[in-house]
Amino acid sequence: MSGQWDVVIGLEIHVRLALDSKLFSGASAQYGASPNSQVSFLDAALPGTLPVVNEKAIDYAVRFGLSIDAEIPEVTRFARKNYFYPDLPKGYQISQMDDPIVGRGQIEIETEQGTKTINITRAHLEEDAGKSIHDQYDDWTAIDLNRAGTALIEVVSEPEMTSAKEAVAYMRAIYNRVTFLGICDGNLQEGSFRCDANVSLKPQGSETLGTRAEIKNLNSFRFIEKAINYEIKRQKKILAQGESVVQETRLYDADKDQTRTMRGKEDANDYRYFPDPDLPALNIITDRLDRQRAAMPELPEAKLNRYMEDWQLPEENARQIAYDVAMAKFFEASQAQTKAKPADNAKFLITDFNALLNEQDSDLADSKISPTDYAGLMDAMASGEISRKIAKQVLDKMWASGESAATIIEQQGLAQISDSDALHKIITRVIKDNPDQVEQFKAGNDKMFNYFIGQVMKQTKGQANPAQTKQILEEQLNNE
Amino acid sequence: MINLSIRELNQLLAKKQISTAELSSVYLDRCRQFNPSLNALLHINNDINPEDLLTANQIDGLLSGIPIIHKDLFSTQGVTTTAGSKMLADYAPPFDATVVSRLSQAGMMSLGKANMDEFAMGSSNEYSYFGAVKNPWDLKRVPGGSSGGSAAAVAARLTPVATASDTGGSIRQPAAFCGITGIKPSYGRVSRYGMIAFASSLDQGGVMAVSADDCGLVLEAMMGHDDKDSTSIKTEAWQWQAPQQPSMKGLKVGVIPGWVEQLKDDDIKRSTEQALKTLTEQGAELIEVDLPHADLAVAAYYILAPAEASANLARFDGVRFGHQTSQQCDNINAMYRKTRSEGFGDEVQRRIMLGTWALSSGYYDDYYCKAQRIRRLISEDFKQAFSQVDVMAVPVSPEVAFKQGDKSDGVNMYQADQFTIPASLAGLPCLSMPVQPAKGLPVGLQLIGPYFDEQVILSTAAQFQMVTDFHKQMPEAFV
Repeated sequence: MSGQWDVVIGLEIHVRLALDSKLFSGASAQYGASPNSQVSFLDAALPGTLPVVNEKAIDYAVRFGLSIDAEIPEVTRFARKNYFYPDLPKGYQISQMDDPIVGRGQIEIETEQGTKTINITRAHLEEDAGKSIHDQYDDWTAIDLNRAGTALIEVVSEPEMTSAKEAVAYMRAIYNRVTFLGICDGNLQEGSFRCDANVSLKPQGSETLGTRAEIKNLNSFRFIEKAINYEIKRQKKILAQGESVVQETRLYDADKDQTRTMRGKEDANDYRYFPDPDLPALNIITDRLDRQRAAMPELPEAKLNRYMEDWQLPEENARQIAYDVAMAKFFEASQAQTKAKPADNAKFLITDFNALLNEQDSDLADSKISPTDYAGLMDAMASGEISRKIAKQVLDKMWASGESAATIIEQQGLAQISDSDALHKIITRVIKDNPDQVEQFKAGNDKMFNYFIGQVMKQTKGQANPAQTKQILEEQLNNE
Repeated sequence: MINLSIRELNQLLAKKQISTAELSSVYLDRCRQFNPSLNALLHINNDINPEDLLTANQIDGLLSGIPIIHKDLFSTQGVTTTAGSKMLADYAPPFDATVVSRLSQAGMMSLGKANMDEFAMGSSNEYSYFGAVKNPWDLKRVPGGSSGGSAAAVAARLTPVATASDTGGSIRQPAAFCGITGIKPSYGRVSRYGMIAFASSLDQGGVMAVSADDCGLVLEAMMGHDDKDSTSIKTEAWQWQAPQQPSMKGLKVGVIPGWVEQLKDDDIKRSTEQALKTLTEQGAELIEVDLPHADLAVAAYYILAPAEASANLARFDGVRFGHQTSQQCDNINAMYRKTRSEGFGDEVQRRIMLGTWALSSGYYDDYYCKAQRIRRLISEDFKQAFSQVDVMAVPVSPEVAFKQGDKSDGVNMYQADQFTIPASLAGLPCLSMPVQPAKGLPVGLQLIGPYFDEQVILSTAAQFQMVTDFHKQMPEAFV
């Protein structure tokens, strides 16, 4: 069979919840501790130990559900997923099957063709397994149970993405969402956010899905794009030769930029899910939903609207700030403390402050300048005390010295001369000192006006308030 | 002295007619003397635990200084806890079960650990890796199971009281076979934390003692919500109010004539009918009730309990603790297979396979889900029955203690649980108390109460025991 193919991609994303303790044991969930130092009796599956659910994990999952407009069923249940593996101490993973905590929802992604809505089938809570380390000892596999029992939510999408780029856009949208909500630390290297991709091809326009291959454990935006593109190419080649794609689980090898078989369908486990009798069904009461709604930070979409409608930011600037957690936080904190127009603040933040951060190879999250100090700078600019050009210099100096804008402006005499008496005197002198140029101006040479401005700036070392200078100069020249 | 009640022993201690240490020593000596013939205990303390003694000396209360033996299913910190299995032959837990710590905080003196069917799977105590327990009334007979060690120990007065656990009858049937009183509380009443799991939705810790009054006193101390067990129910604790005199006027007792008819042993039938008559003589009114789905209970139970067990026992994989094969293994799956084949006995393996199969894709709906539906129907049956009566009185077992080896076929043994399983599936409180023996062997009557009403069954039993002395009878060889 040859011809055109439609690509169909669905993603299962594992989001590690940013919690102090594990999903059921109360042991610390801190990343990077020495091996097996964060293992409770339950995590080691000692006989007689029992799971007690971490209420905060329920809250986080509910918050995620609310943020994607999902149904939150009244009753949610945990189930046991049974399989043997040395880093799975109980011999089963506590997960969810029939009654996940989050039902159908949706999220918007940005594609080249514009905004597209991706439907999310469900999201459920589950505990992570421990870690098997195969390469540390010649004859042994080492097991670290620190990770065993840490809380994840698995977000399952509908197979609605049609290219690797869309899959990446979706992954980014979920990534932004969970980091925005503060329920995930977003650390890709530490595996806080990882994904399995189901990829299949079907004849163009066909309603029937083709056989899929699942690519496991992708934890970078770059790799997922490459892995899916490789997989699409591989499947196209198979189909073009008139053969069939085999349903299997594959692994992506970043060094070789290709996927390879991990296990076939016949090796797939029968997980024998059944409701976990140690954990009664949970009722998700309205109270909890209300509390999570109240605790939910404003989402980027809402921020974008608010910035544009209430604060008259241009869309491009509004979007740039709204979708960046750190920038939005900084922007809003500083705006609350300044009389500057939001649009001016935004423009300065996006262009000038960002340029400084790039220069210093730093970012807003650990900026040396606090929103309060930055607000002071915006006030100085808004009141006309300093120009935007001077403001940039002051910003640099604030970064270097840690002093406030007011201190720097005063100490270094950077304030604009806005005192009209002083300006009147300077301008009177400039006119008196340049009679020829006054004559030329009167004769109709309008360009001479800029010459006078230049002279005033020269006299004041650029600190004359430009608007005021222009106004006084016009008055005096017309009175000559 | 060895036939005294907890209240009587407490009086001896209070009047300083005997010291706490002396009292424990009396029982420890009996354990050492009689256990070789009974094999009821897997562990006997060398000496009195000084920490227990310290607590007992500091604590007032009826249980302070009273000796106790824990079923080897309850984790005891630093003391081997085997669940009757080779798999855990050398396993000493680093923590106490909630039941154990609550009773020791009440000042009880732990003497040792009781033998049991491996992982509480069995009705004869022949399935212990550490050998069968013998029935003190006839050493050729079984004590029942799975809490056979606890039952035999109390019956032979190696201890005045023992902890036990009941999943489908593991307290009531051995209590009946050994002529003692044993209560399984409502599911969720007693914390399961530290009790090695067999079937999590059915397992419930309980008490075995000479009398219902003793059971009430000990249950009061061990029950109540525990933050470590999500299935333990948050309710106000009750205090055991022992009845002052027998007065059953107005008590509506539900009976199921069909169950009594099924008793093939005429002696057991006669004993049961006589016990019911005793209740009416004290003013109780007998009302016929029906549990229409009860005949499906055994089949449903032997799907659900093994299904849960198949997952609960997956942790015994030789990786972190417990038995690990010493044979050479080429890969991890071979290690699992050999470890588990060596560590688990036949009955445990049979149930793991049964449960694994019942949960497998393609069978799950037909077996596990159907069994859950039956379970719900049986709960409804009980609800219906308890809308008419205060308490139910039914047989415990269709037979008296049978001879060792008589039921070597496991499935044959499953049917013997037919009268105990329905209340287990419904999570109801139930107890067994001794009635008129049959041919010199004990017979029990089962009392079942509405959900979370342990008082009604304990109080009914305590009143019965005021006008009878079957519970005071002891096997002669151990007097």
